[in-house]
Amino acid sequence: MIWQLDIMFLVLVVISAIASVNVKDLLSSAILLGAYSFLMCLLWIEMGAVDVAFTEAAVGAGISTAFFIGFIFQTTRRTKD
Amino acid sequence: MKFFAFIVVLFTGALLIYGTVDMPDWGDPGSAPNSHVSPRYIEKTLEETATPNAVTSVLADYRGYDTLGETTVIFTAGVVCIMLLRRFR
Amino acid sequence: MKERYPDVTIETVCRLLIPPIQLFGLYVIAHGHYSPGGGFQGGCILGASFIMMFIAYDIGEVKRRMREKLNTILCATGVLIYAGIGILCLVLGANYLDYGILHQILPAYPAKARALGTFGIEIGVGITVMSVMISIFLNIGTAGEHEGEPE
Repeated sequence: MIWQLDIMFLVLVVISAIASVNVKDLLSSAILLGAYSFLMCLLWIEMGAVDVAFTEAAVGAGISTAFFIGFIFQTTRRTKD
Repeated sequence: MKFFAFIVVLFTGALLIYGTVDMPDWGDPGSAPNSHVSPRYIEKTLEETATPNAVTSVLADYRGYDTLGETTVIFTAGVVCIMLLRRFR
Repeated sequence: MKERYPDVTIETVCRLLIPPIQLFGLYVIAHGHYSPGGGFQGGCILGASFIMMFIAYDIGEVKRRMREKLNTILCATGVLIYAGIGILCLVLGANYLDYGILHQILPAYPAKARALGTFGIEIGVGITVMSVMISIFLNIGTAGEHEGEPE
């Protein structure tokens, strides 16, 4: 575990999480959630849990981002609140 | 109202961080999960299951019921999606 | 789904990318014993390749390649493979999902038979996850209003 990398990834995770909640465009929010999942995947790899990291990359960054992008076209693009 | 929600989030976060104080150190060989079952699996997995990846052997072999339930959950999600949303003409 | 705007760039890139993605998904399922991976991740990658086809082409293209009836049958087939291997162990005289007894019907010593049984259930998990992902995307992405079987 390299603590410099740890701090860098954690700061980026917090930034992308806050940005994905605050942004008004839902498509940008889905992309930011994908970036969040990918940063979490890097964090798992850095802690040595490679299998969990693979699952996070396949499910969190791959499938759920594609699901969100597909389902946003069923609703409005922008949030109402 | 937003300020009140922020206070609640802050309090919950502080409580969770306080809860991590009791957790063992990362990679501590003397901690409870690392001293009972983990060494048994890591030592015996190659001779008992001929699978070099211990995670796969634990998930699919030693804890097979768990993975069966997980697969059934995913299958149920798909079937419920078909039953609720699909319009059969 | 909205009406389709054909785009040469996206179609060409997807035509080039989808076969390697599917091959990698099969590799992840088959090589889960020796490297990170397994049925769940490989099934997700296989399902993601079909979802990529949904996004790049239209619904009919995917339904021509993977029939909806076949997809729904595959959903149940994966769980059936998993539970069937467990029942097979039960029939041969061991506990449920105790793959060591499979060495009576497989040409392998007991430890290797456990690895082969694990491989069998990984295939089942992969099939179920792939077809459930396709089915969920098809039914929520079009609100269940896609047409029936093509031609």
